[in-house]
Amino acid sequence: MSVSLKAKIAEVFEEPGCDINQGKSEKERKKGCTKQLSPGAAAGGCAFDGAKIALQPVVDVAHLVHGPIACEGNSWDNRHSASSGSTIYRSGFTTDINELDVIYGGEKRLFKSIREIIEKYDPPAVFVYQTCVTALTGDDIEAVCKRAAEKFGKPVIPVNAPGFAGPKNLGNKLGAEAILDYVIGTVEPEFTTPYDINIIGEYNLVGELWQVKPLLDALGIRILSCISGDGRYKQIASAHRAKVNMMVCSKSMINIATKMEQRYGIPYFEGSFYGISDMSETLRQIASLLVKQGADAELIERTERLIEVEEARAYKRIAEYKQRLQGKRVLLITGGVKSWSVVAALQEGGMEIVGTSVKKSTKEDKEKIKEIMGEGADAHMIDDMTPREMYAMLKEARADIMLSGGRSQFVALKARMPWLDINQERHHPYGGYEGMVELVHEIHRAIFNPVWQQVRIPAPWGDDGESLGAVTPTVTTDHLSGIAAKAMGLEPEEIPA
Amino acid sequence: MARVVESKKACTVNPLKMSQPLGASFAFLGLDACMPVMHGSQGCTSFGLVLLVRHFKEAIPLQTTAMNEVTAILGGYENIEAALLNIRKRAAPKVIAICSTGLTETKGDDVDGYLVTARQRHPELADTEIIYVSTPDYVGAFEDGFKHAITAIVKSQVKPLPVVAHQVTLLPGSHLTPSDIDELREIIQAFGLNPIVLPDISGSLDGHIATDWRGTTLGGTTLEQIRSAGASAFTLGIGEQTREGAEALETIAGTPLEIFERLTGLACNDRFLQRLSLLSGKPVPAKYRRQRSQLLDAMLDGHFYTGGMKVAIAAEPDLMLALGGLLHEMGAELTCCISTTQSKAHALLPADQVLLGDLEDLEIAGKDCDLLVTHSHGRQAAERLNKPLLRVGFPVFDRVGNAHKVSVGYRGSMNLIFEIANLMIERIAHHHAGDWPITPEAQLATKRLDQRNDPLPSTPLAAASA
Ligand code: SF4
Repeated sequence: MSVSLKAKIAEVFEEPGCDINQGKSEKERKKGCTKQLSPGAAAGGCAFDGAKIALQPVVDVAHLVHGPIACEGNSWDNRHSASSGSTIYRSGFTTDINELDVIYGGEKRLFKSIREIIEKYDPPAVFVYQTCVTALTGDDIEAVCKRAAEKFGKPVIPVNAPGFAGPKNLGNKLGAEAILDYVIGTVEPEFTTPYDINIIGEYNLVGELWQVKPLLDALGIRILSCISGDGRYKQIASAHRAKVNMMVCSKSMINIATKMEQRYGIPYFEGSFYGISDMSETLRQIASLLVKQGADAELIERTERLIEVEEARAYKRIAEYKQRLQGKRVLLITGGVKSWSVVAALQEGGMEIVGTSVKKSTKEDKEKIKEIMGEGADAHMIDDMTPREMYAMLKEARADIMLSGGRSQFVALKARMPWLDINQERHHPYGGYEGMVELVHEIHRAIFNPVWQQVRIPAPWGDDGESLGAVTPTVTTDHLSGIAAKAMGLEPEEIPA
Repeated sequence: MARVVESKKACTVNPLKMSQPLGASFAFLGLDACMPVMHGSQGCTSFGLVLLVRHFKEAIPLQTTAMNEVTAILGGYENIEAALLNIRKRAAPKVIAICSTGLTETKGDDVDGYLVTARQRHPELADTEIIYVSTPDYVGAFEDGFKHAITAIVKSQVKPLPVVAHQVTLLPGSHLTPSDIDELREIIQAFGLNPIVLPDISGSLDGHIATDWRGTTLGGTTLEQIRSAGASAFTLGIGEQTREGAEALETIAGTPLEIFERLTGLACNDRFLQRLSLLSGKPVPAKYRRQRSQLLDAMLDGHFYTGGMKVAIAAEPDLMLALGGLLHEMGAELTCCISTTQSKAHALLPADQVLLGDLEDLEIAGKDCDLLVTHSHGRQAAERLNKPLLRVGFPVFDRVGNAHKVSVGYRGSMNLIFEIANLMIERIAHHHAGDWPITPEAQLATKRLDQRNDPLPSTPLAAASA
């Protein structure tokens, strides 16, 4: 691995804004957050995947992947955040290197590829992603990008996050470093206002940003740039003129927030758009920080009035489902803030959380869960659960629905239990006040689909195995701690998120 | 017939191609109680997994040796060893199948050697078959990976056995769906023959609900079946990509073979049934005679819509030959053919040229076509060009039921003809009064000579009243 990449990774691990990291001893910290993966028992994307996830929502640039067909050919077009304009980000560009490039180096092909893209598509910038094979053969993408940028008079940004450098979340941060090093601060905005903010770490999946933007618009707050959902190259390049940065929960790009604070003195806060009270808290934070930065003080009052109206409306709409959803048990297999931020909305809808995974949650996240769920919250926090355990739990009907990411959906479906996607590949936006109502609506729709009765009817001739048969909804939730324990003597497998 | 041309572009835009290790893993998913493993860093497996899950809507067993930058440089013995032990402990598969990737091939890992060492050091692995196939990402494509995987399975498992008269080996190409395989099995069985299908994704990826949760594949060809292929009287290969495997069977067990380049269309199925009839000594069953005449009727009904239409198709070689062949027989013109890799199948394609290219090429050539045929990634091009898209092959991630599509045999060919014809019927244009305005030149020609210098009237109506 190149020296510069090593240095970058070390820098990312030193991240002062990351409390997990700060909680560790100096020595541990040096090791960073990359756990050694165990071969044959690992799941999840690579650093390249993470960098691409973080940056691909910049919709008007061409994202060029330098490597063999595996990296882009097997992955392109499989997720995209919504765009309100350009669609070039949805095209897959790759150098698709061959054996000769492996032997003689692929820099020439990369350079030519950049030229072809600029000639044919003329995007405001090209992002070039490094991958395992070309990193191993020593292709210097930084140098090629520099030369191409000079030659074609356009920004060509190297994103040095080859897959083997580590897991997806490291890739998120390395992608963010590319933005910091090459993009932010290179363009001046046409004008600025005292109400300019950046939103960092929000990818506008299924258009969620647009469930929030109208609220900001109404308050006169301008999103100078969103990094990176529905992002535009020029806007991100001028992000250094914002008054406030909002770091969206996931911390995936916390380094942008902390470095912008150091470099440009822009204060940041961490907020979330998921959950009603979180949404309100976020609006409050934005308003008060903007006022501190010189915006008119009445912004705070206007914000409070808006919150009051929106909260009342959201709770009223959720309450409509309360009667039917009363007592329904939800198993929440997600991570980070979502492990608690949606809980309030679910409880408001009359539901009970029988388990929430805390594998990817921070200490604060866990505190929050305790706060919301009260006594006995501990028993409901699941550290790690193998697919087999999830399957058993659903099969025995100790939950009425599972909310998780797409990769564990079949665990629920094969157990003939309702399932709802709350991670990347979902089709429904769950942001802001609107989104929480939508979530409860979707849960209702999933649980009350008559299909569940149908698929549980055993064959009259009884030969599809008794375990396939109807689910008997009797068991209570006391088994939960047992489930969290590592049942069946198996190592915990990574819970797909 | 078609000449193969390689793309001159440096940059691939909107890839059609997928990588070799993914194709090989796909083949291994057709073995029972198997865990395919990609020897590389974790991202490759993760991408492959997502793609397979989105296509089949099934939980897919697939593992990684989780190479990192250090092990990539030092060599991956320890990762392979750890992966074997971990997988054996957790999922207890009967077969662990290892596919190399670009990363480990660039480094030059000697996996065969690693496996010998691992076996020596860990006698507990004795109860697990290990199959290895070399599949660098930067060579070939999905279909090549699949091809090499079949060969690796045959070479590592099959030994010659005394011939069993009514047993045949069926090698399906990667372009066949689980239901295609079921269809072929039924046809073969109808002649009283007993087929061993290798690999058999119809057992593992056909979308059934199993009685328990297993970490490995749920069905497919068992090890016993693979080994007993050494006793088959004949090998039937579907697609050029199965030739290598069929020839390996011939070398090992002396089994005669016939490769059917495709089984989509009339004549090719006639040949197939005739072969089965010869092998079994039985006449073609009434059921298939009836299906044949149904296909004839479908061809007659459908040709009105397919005759003369221009098709742009982008697919892996064998799939392109199957579909392109049928389309050609139905009167369509293959104006643009894009494929992923070299194959003898291209020589048989009724078109002038095959370009080894990408979906940008399809989009450019597709402008003047009536139909686009490719996998789901073609949806963006189809949207931009406003053309109908026939989704075929892998991946098809924006439709459900992919495992159950049938396009082989008389019945499958008939289905496909209906699907294509219906796509075209949907697009039949309705005409309007203003659809054929005359040209400005023609308008000018209608004017009296002394009025020629006047500016043209603004509407044809005004011209008429003038
Ligand atoms: S692990 Fe490496 S080779 Fe595999 S997809 Fe990620 S960057 Fe590409």
